[in-house]
Amino acid sequence: MTLLQRPLLVLLLLVTHHLLQCWIAFGSVDEEGQKQEEFNEELLLKPLPDRKVLAHFHFQSSAPPSTSNGRHHHLFPKAISQLVQKFRVKEMELSFTQGRWNYERWGGFDPIASSNAKPPGVELWAVFDVPQHQVDASWKNLTHALSGLFCASINFLESTSTYSAPEWSFPPSSGNLRYGTLPREAVCTENLTPWLKLLPCRDKAGLAVLLDRPSIYRGFYHSQRLHLTSTGSGSKGTDSGIILNQALTVVLQPIQPNGLRASMDHASEKHIQPSWSLSSIFGKQVRGRCVLAKSSKVYLQLDRGLVAELKRIHKENEKSVANGLTSENFWSYPSFELSANPDRIVIEENSLHSKSSSILYNFQVEKYSESEPLDLGLTWKIPVVWLCQSAPLHSSRFLMGSGNERGAIAISLKSTQLREGFMGAFADNERCELRVDVFQVVPWYVKVYFHSLQVFIDQQPKAVSDVIEKIHVSPSKDKVSPGMMEMVLKLPCRVKSAALTIEFDKGFLHIDEYPPDANQGFDIPSAIISFPNFHASMFFLEDGSVNKSPLLSKFQEKSPVMSYTEVLLVPLTTPDFSMPYNVITITCTVFALYFGSLLNVLRRRIAEEERFLKDKATKKTGQLPLLLSKLSAKLRGRPWEPPHSPPSTSFFISSKLVFKVILVAGLAVGWQYYFS
Amino acid sequence: MAETKETSEKDEKPKPRVRPIVRLGIFLISHSVLVSVVCCTAGVLALFLLPVLAKNTYISENALMPGSASPMLSYQHVSDGNRLVKDLTNLDLKSSETGIESQRVIAQYMLELGAEVSFHKFHAQLNQFHPLHFFSSPDSGVIQENFSCSSYGINTVGIIRAPRGDGKEAIVLVTPYNALKSGLGEAVSVGIAYSVFSLLTQVTWLAKDVIWLVADSRYGEYAAVAAWLRDYQIPKFSSLSTLNSEMCPDINNLYDLKVNSIAGSKYSNSFRRAGTMAAALVLKVGDQSEQYEDTISIYAEASNGQMPNLDLINVVNYLAVHRQGLRVQVEKLWSLLNSSWLKSLGEIFESLGKVAKSLNPEWKFGIPATEYVEGTATLASSLYYQALGVPTGPHGAFRDYQVDAITLEISPKYSLDKFRRNDILLRGGRLIEGVIRSVNNLLEKFHQSFFLYLLTSPSKFVSVGVYMIALALLIAPLPMVAASLYVDANSLDSKTNKSTPSTIADTAERGITIRSWRWLYSAKLVFAVHVWGAIVSLLPYFICQIPDCSSTISFMIWVVLSMISLLTLYSVLASPFSCNNASQEKEWALVKSVTISYVFIGLGLMSVINFATAEIGALLMVPMCLLARPLKFDLRAGSLRSFSRMVCNLVLGLIAFPPAAFFLLKGMLEDFGSVNIGDFWMWVESLWAWNSATYIFIGMVYLPCWVLCVHILLHTC
Repeated sequence: MTLLQRPLLVLLLLVTHHLLQCWIAFGSVDEEGQKQEEFNEELLLKPLPDRKVLAHFHFQSSAPPSTSNGRHHHLFPKAISQLVQKFRVKEMELSFTQGRWNYERWGGFDPIASSNAKPPGVELWAVFDVPQHQVDASWKNLTHALSGLFCASINFLESTSTYSAPEWSFPPSSGNLRYGTLPREAVCTENLTPWLKLLPCRDKAGLAVLLDRPSIYRGFYHSQRLHLTSTGSGSKGTDSGIILNQALTVVLQPIQPNGLRASMDHASEKHIQPSWSLSSIFGKQVRGRCVLAKSSKVYLQLDRGLVAELKRIHKENEKSVANGLTSENFWSYPSFELSANPDRIVIEENSLHSKSSSILYNFQVEKYSESEPLDLGLTWKIPVVWLCQSAPLHSSRFLMGSGNERGAIAISLKSTQLREGFMGAFADNERCELRVDVFQVVPWYVKVYFHSLQVFIDQQPKAVSDVIEKIHVSPSKDKVSPGMMEMVLKLPCRVKSAALTIEFDKGFLHIDEYPPDANQGFDIPSAIISFPNFHASMFFLEDGSVNKSPLLSKFQEKSPVMSYTEVLLVPLTTPDFSMPYNVITITCTVFALYFGSLLNVLRRRIAEEERFLKDKATKKTGQLPLLLSKLSAKLRGRPWEPPHSPPSTSFFISSKLVFKVILVAGLAVGWQYYFS
Repeated sequence: MAETKETSEKDEKPKPRVRPIVRLGIFLISHSVLVSVVCCTAGVLALFLLPVLAKNTYISENALMPGSASPMLSYQHVSDGNRLVKDLTNLDLKSSETGIESQRVIAQYMLELGAEVSFHKFHAQLNQFHPLHFFSSPDSGVIQENFSCSSYGINTVGIIRAPRGDGKEAIVLVTPYNALKSGLGEAVSVGIAYSVFSLLTQVTWLAKDVIWLVADSRYGEYAAVAAWLRDYQIPKFSSLSTLNSEMCPDINNLYDLKVNSIAGSKYSNSFRRAGTMAAALVLKVGDQSEQYEDTISIYAEASNGQMPNLDLINVVNYLAVHRQGLRVQVEKLWSLLNSSWLKSLGEIFESLGKVAKSLNPEWKFGIPATEYVEGTATLASSLYYQALGVPTGPHGAFRDYQVDAITLEISPKYSLDKFRRNDILLRGGRLIEGVIRSVNNLLEKFHQSFFLYLLTSPSKFVSVGVYMIALALLIAPLPMVAASLYVDANSLDSKTNKSTPSTIADTAERGITIRSWRWLYSAKLVFAVHVWGAIVSLLPYFICQIPDCSSTISFMIWVVLSMISLLTLYSVLASPFSCNNASQEKEWALVKSVTISYVFIGLGLMSVINFATAEIGALLMVPMCLLARPLKFDLRAGSLRSFSRMVCNLVLGLIAFPPAAFFLLKGMLEDFGSVNIGDFWMWVESLWAWNSATYIFIGMVYLPCWVLCVHILLHTC
């Protein structure tokens, strides 16, 4: 019996364990059948054309609006929900970025590049659900709260001179939006750790295990984002639902086993993309999902250009296999090899761009365990060359001029060759117009002259009114608010290059407004260039699984193509910071001279002095003082008068003294000279 | 003295006490001769003492940390560089007629490293005289309508983006390369840059972007770099200035470059930029040096005597000497090295230093005589090149945009054969790597160390606080002498007036007021000569419009026109030989007084703009101005003193004439045989082509002063 009971007991234990797990995972089962708190973790890997690999972690926690739990949550981070409730945040995005997104090589059109590429440093924007006059106060409090939460100096965004309120150009346009950036903020693990703490499994289980600090900070681009939307409707903040999206995008260089150098010598191997696996780029493997996650998936994405190229190569090589590409046979093509079999293959439904569609291989992490970890790897067999799809216009921004007085900011837009593909339909149309939104914030000490805005299209100067459809400018106020410029440009579709220039004067700061490293220069935050005509979204076949995946549904969202320009560095005049010392010295001298002479004037009685001098003059004088007095008389520019000679006694003593001093000095010199 | 007599006359009146500072001033003015002799001697002596007073350089900015990291440049990178050198030299044998091929090879190599590559086409711009463009910021160039394809130059630009940097700052590395007739040296310099570049694509410490500019030096190194910088800093967006490459077929060929696939990088037609430039290095490899070591020469002087931050030179010097074992040198005037008087002066200083040291071991200002001579030669060349105001290399173009830059020229010990080449590539490459790494460490731009200094050796400098003393001493007597001359002239007149007893007090009063304004006549003369100076300095602009004019003829025209204009102005405004009036007897003293004050103002202003010019100008002008006295008086006096003064005046008047001074200096430094009259014109042309403030100084201060001095010498009354 006991023998029989034991397996039963084990079975029972197992069952309860499972149940417990389910219970933890899905939260408490509510009677009304409300939606539960959910957590999803996903990882998207994508080979990039310049031998690098993009890894995009996406964690979504959602808390449905419910009053049942009170202030408690099962999975959702309490810190965030408190933040949302306290400051009535409707939508907020905070990003910490190190490095620059390379729009030319890594693409600028897909959802990752468009909505996850962020400017270096910290960027924060938030929409508040409060009356207009309370927005600034809420923003200030929010920055302080976030600053403490993420160990970053976000509190510098509190000052009114650092943030702005875009009216309509920033994509989630709304009246209560505040936007601020800190381009110089350094990003490191101290910011990542609090970010990971918001995850239910932190980095102890699930996909977040891969976030090995040395390997992700070795990368070429590193951006951690926190985006939250509160869907609450009621005026009371307690019953709002919150969706928290945490995304971390890194671009890593796979380490080759034999090193890049060695393979460079062989011409054939030269063009082969490096092979990589999760363990080679992160140094870790996925050992099962986070048990609290509803879904845990790994995707491998081959983007449109790569798929098209692979198809072309395949067609050249094997004429016989003429049948079209299907999702089933594609991954078994001989051009590359995956170390694990994908569970599903999702192909983008290509409606707009006829060229090709990207492919996503889906790997379910549930299937892997401690003993059998997921170490997804990609091994290239043949050299492949492709280009990522870039935004319709490549934008860059730079400073013009030199010197400490004035300069100009130029934004140059250059058409990318790839544009013909999706503009082809409209290209014939003469009236076709390409809309470009520009949003730019400049600090107050860069005094922009908005009247000096010049527009050049295809190297021809154009009237501003012809090109700019809509412009909103809020000029800067010294030490109060930054200058902000929002513009809608209408460019002809066939435009090859366009340039905007605007001149500025460099202002002067008060000495205590200079940062510690003032001689580096001052930053002008990135401008945002967006193309509302184009949407960086992917369409997938309507399928149950796609809807379940927050990452893919995020990709499906229609959002305009956006790109950030470079941060600019403006050298301003800096004072000599050692000057205070000099100033103190010189003021002290001046004061001493002033008070000395004032005292002299107040104290002295001239008539009495003359009488005193005459008294003394009656006494006898020596020979040397006589000469001296003659000399001094000459110095004064007066004829010498014998009675004016100074007292003999003091002079006699002094001459004796001088003689003695000279004698002693001479002796000392002689002694030094002969005895050393 | 006259002054004391004057005061004794007024002694009866109760006189308020004069303040000490005023008394001191009056004392100095009354002894102006003694003061001026003492000050001038001290000024010249201070100048010669500068090599003794030079301090050792030290790295002021702690963030630079030169040499604290071990160099990462390996033989692998060197062999890559060597491969490029071989390819380039092989190309040369194949005689590519346009040199496009070598640009293409370099670009291909850059692409393979994964750098962003672009070509920059520029049109060689002739240096032209813009009278109003002195001191103005560099303009974006004159738009030339009629250009031809033949006068294009193509710069190749490669940019490495710092992997984790924010791209706000950039370091520029320039290698001039003339594809048409490149020596091995140029190819090796490209090879060194390439080996460093290939290392920098792999390193993780890079915080600033690195720009490698292969400047097409077929129209001169400076022109190529300046053209690129102009397009970098002040681009023109309208089509007139951009070169449309469609018109020139061979440039289009350049874009047939294969898109390199591995790195996903491709060349681009557009102008590529990185952020604000932090520093720039121009690298050249010279021919075999006559020295017994591998040497590296540093050229730092930019336009108008501007110098890069001393820390940049310090870093190069430190790394070259202490890490790579290269011998560093800055330019010297070689002819001074063998001069015996300098040697004996050095020996005197040395013995003085020894005596001082024996008195107190703490006093260490004595330096060996040979070191003194070398220091003086370096100082003289430093002064000369700063005074000239013409940049000594392509680095000068950067300084116009407030970017610190120097030119490094490596001269190897042996010829650049295959084995030695690797060594040069390795050591040169490690030096460049170290400098780039130091600048990369820099958080702020260069600001810690000196900008105003003179070098006496690569590791010794004289800072502004020390060298200003020499000039200050030289020009200090000028205002005193001017004041004393003015007082003198007035008092003499008053004496003559007093001799006529019939004058009543009222007229005397009026006479004094009139007399006190008499200097205005002299001022008018000085002003007229000044205007003439302005005209003379504008004349070359019109003369160079004359087509087909050799330099000698131009010079002649210039001289003739100047003479004519001088005579016209004289006859119109001020006649020097009209002294019919007895009251104008002391006219020359007033003219001298006004001239001296004018010279003082001119020198003071110039010392702010370009110290070296002011110093050299002061050395010539101050004795000339102070000694000037009508020759007639000296002839009349006939004493030995007046005779020697007359001789001095004549000699100084001759030497100080600008062309004479130029020819004398040129003859002394080079050879009298090679002196050509047209050389002066060429020299002047180079001055205004480089927008040198020295030209303005010579035209507006120096030449008028000389003319006025000659005017005083020839004064007849």
